[in-house]
Amino acid sequence: MKNEERYEIRFSGSGGQGIITAAVVMADGAGGFDNKHVCQTQSYGPEARGGKSKAEVVISNSPIDYPKALSVDLLLAMNQAACDAYFFDLKPDGLLIVDGGLVQQLPTSRSVSIPFTKIAKEVIGRELVANMVALGAVGFLSGQVALGSLEQALLSRVPKGTENMNSDALHAGIEEAKKIDLDALPRSVLAEWDDEL
Amino acid sequence: MLERAEIVRKEYLRHDKKFPHVWCPGCGNGIVMGALLRAVNGLGLDKDEVVLASGIGCSGRMPTYIDFNTIHTTHGRALTFSTGIKLANPDLTVLTVMGDGDATAIGGNHFIHAARRNINLTAIIVNNATYGMTGGQYSPATPYGSKSTTSVYGHVEHAFNIAELAVAAGASFVARSTVYHATHLEQMITKAIQKRGFSVMEVISNCHVQHGRRNKLGGAVQMINGFKDQSVTVKKAEGMSPEELEGKITIGVLADVDKPISTEEYLRIAGEAKEKADKVTKAKEKNGIKRYEE
Amino acid sequence: MENPEKQKKVLLQGNEAIVAGALAAGCRFFAGYPITPASEISELLSVRLPELGGTFIQMEDEIASMGAVVGASLAGTKSMTATSGPGFSLIQENLGYACITETPCVIVDVMRGGPSTGLATNPSQGDVQMARWGTHGDHPIIVLAVSSVADCFSITVKAFNLSEKYRTPVILLSDEVVAHTRESVVLPEDEQIRVFDRVRPDVPPEWYKPYADNNRGVPDMASFGDGYRHHVTGLVHDEKGYPTQDPQEIDQFLRRIHSKISKGFNEIQVVKTFLMEDAEIFVIAYGSVARSALRAVRDARKAGIKAGLLQLVTLFPFPRKSVDTYLRQCRVAVVPEMNLGQMGREVSRVNQSDCRIVKHNKIDGQLITPDEILKHLTTV
Repeated sequence: MKNEERYEIRFSGSGGQGIITAAVVMADGAGGFDNKHVCQTQSYGPEARGGKSKAEVVISNSPIDYPKALSVDLLLAMNQAACDAYFFDLKPDGLLIVDGGLVQQLPTSRSVSIPFTKIAKEVIGRELVANMVALGAVGFLSGQVALGSLEQALLSRVPKGTENMNSDALHAGIEEAKKIDLDALPRSVLAEWDDEL
Repeated sequence: MLERAEIVRKEYLRHDKKFPHVWCPGCGNGIVMGALLRAVNGLGLDKDEVVLASGIGCSGRMPTYIDFNTIHTTHGRALTFSTGIKLANPDLTVLTVMGDGDATAIGGNHFIHAARRNINLTAIIVNNATYGMTGGQYSPATPYGSKSTTSVYGHVEHAFNIAELAVAAGASFVARSTVYHATHLEQMITKAIQKRGFSVMEVISNCHVQHGRRNKLGGAVQMINGFKDQSVTVKKAEGMSPEELEGKITIGVLADVDKPISTEEYLRIAGEAKEKADKVTKAKEKNGIKRYEE
Repeated sequence: MENPEKQKKVLLQGNEAIVAGALAAGCRFFAGYPITPASEISELLSVRLPELGGTFIQMEDEIASMGAVVGASLAGTKSMTATSGPGFSLIQENLGYACITETPCVIVDVMRGGPSTGLATNPSQGDVQMARWGTHGDHPIIVLAVSSVADCFSITVKAFNLSEKYRTPVILLSDEVVAHTRESVVLPEDEQIRVFDRVRPDVPPEWYKPYADNNRGVPDMASFGDGYRHHVTGLVHDEKGYPTQDPQEIDQFLRRIHSKISKGFNEIQVVKTFLMEDAEIFVIAYGSVARSALRAVRDARKAGIKAGLLQLVTLFPFPRKSVDTYLRQCRVAVVPEMNLGQMGREVSRVNQSDCRIVKHNKIDGQLITPDEILKHLTTV
């Protein structure tokens, strides 16, 4: 069953990579600042660091019933384990975005590979903000949030004193994503059939 | 004394409550209640502004008879209710009466935390070394070797020293007296109420019906007289060895320290938080929802 | 209709919205003990209550928290605690005290997997029957369930209002999914929120009877320090509040505290219906599962099945009248729950029609998905 009114994003990685923070900022940008309906959920274990981390954002123009992802439009995987674990319900024509430095084996050719962690380290000087670099790319490539809203949401939610660093990271991600030509990516054969049916 | 007893009877007892009370003839609870009421009377407290809370057990029935704001709570939990009452209305004088089992067995955790927290409350613990109401089972204050309905072969555990437990847990004021020393008891309760911070008043009392009878301690008169013989003042006790103090009751003030009171500290930080929040609210444009954001 | 241009959405977590609702309803006292997945409520209130002149305290355990909550309410302050399964077990003792002393207060239970420590970070609906029967003895209680962030605000306000109006503890059941889901919501302005405060006595103090019956069955409530010196006890008491052993007084008292709730059924028993007008098959759901159910119902409609959803907001007193109406209308009722059938048994209990009841029970710590419910809707 298609859920055309919903756009679903899944952020995944390991605990400590700021996966949930990135999802919350995305949700706040689209929901709090762009006034769309959003639902942001996460699954987490008892540990604060390490382990798998997953957060989802559902964006819609109408009220959202089921709060979690049904079939994912965009999957962000910040490491290989997360990519392997959470790829299964990506839509045939969904978009996979991975941290190019940490994910080598791609399950699909319809994917975008950007070395978020490397950029964070080399451009911003802090590996810590890789999540915000990735968020910039997700924000741009999903087309679901006004980039100004995303930045406002980010500024309202990051700790005082880290605003510049985080916003620089976001912009680095956006700039990197602008280089990607989505139309050049292969389309799923399955998805074409789906449209015909 | 008789004149004051008459005042207490007229002014402080509930006359619409059907007496008699539940206590056995000769019970120490009546002496504690009298001393408590004389202390309140002596301090000139307004009855409307006094709360008397209790837990479960013989002492737990005390509030029923007294014309204050009164509350007979659940077993061991009296101090938790008192904490809520005091925090919600810090102008009230909140007194809490508990038994030894009530305060230090089922309520032991609440007791030490109330002391640690140092809220401006007064706890009066009537220690008769047994669970009288339920039929004389052993309590945390029952002496080693004593007989009770659950230690018929002799008690194999050791008793809490309740007042010292309160000192160690951080109570601002700790005193001990006995039901023999009615005047001393009244003075100590007065001091406990006056003290700002958490104060504990341990009162050694008699349950001749349960504890006394099973341990051949005699009736009410013998037991209460026994307290007179066993008691030594704090000052005298200072010069005695642990061996000499064995079986003695040290009476007087065991601790009297001044430290920040959490009820007052809370009001201070709340005032600061409010000031800060008001500034933020004014600074932000009229957006009533913003404040819920974290 | 709301005008999206005018009303600003905010992104709130379920637990944050409960805090916002409680504060809007006038809650100014919170006592609690840290527990996942309810801790955010404590943390946020520890910031907000001091700012508003209210009181926050972290107690030594949940027994103490509930004692402090009842004490604060008796002193005249609207009060609340929030916990999860293990702590909910501990509050039961003084919850019973709140019932018998008719002390208004709200208890939030963010359900996680049980029994015992269970699954601390996973959702469940395993505390439903405990919310009704957790404390000993026959007692009246109101239990409400939230399914969204918007609910967390409005149903919390409702919980306080019912609690104040009927002088009874109200239990608000949330679950891990609702608690931690962030949604963009528009909160009502303060002036749009209807807040009910307990009725206080206006008779001279010597006439005041704290537990006397009246036409509502809910006696006026004085606070400690108001000048109405009275006695509060967990023993069964007469209308003055003194312990009684008189069989007639005992019976009268216990029946009154139950009947005051039944007199308010129309107001207390809240349900929401979706697509029920012409439904032939319907889902009965509550909490986060109601959202999966709504999705399933919509998907079933797309497939041409006349499905509907009856969402229970009030779990207890069980909204028998509404459930019964739709059981008579439909041929099948699906009851999905993240437990082994705790509300399903209530539905079966009241079913007097030919409606078939299909229970769908999931206890693996995961939210029931729309597909799982849809499968029942398309096959039965």
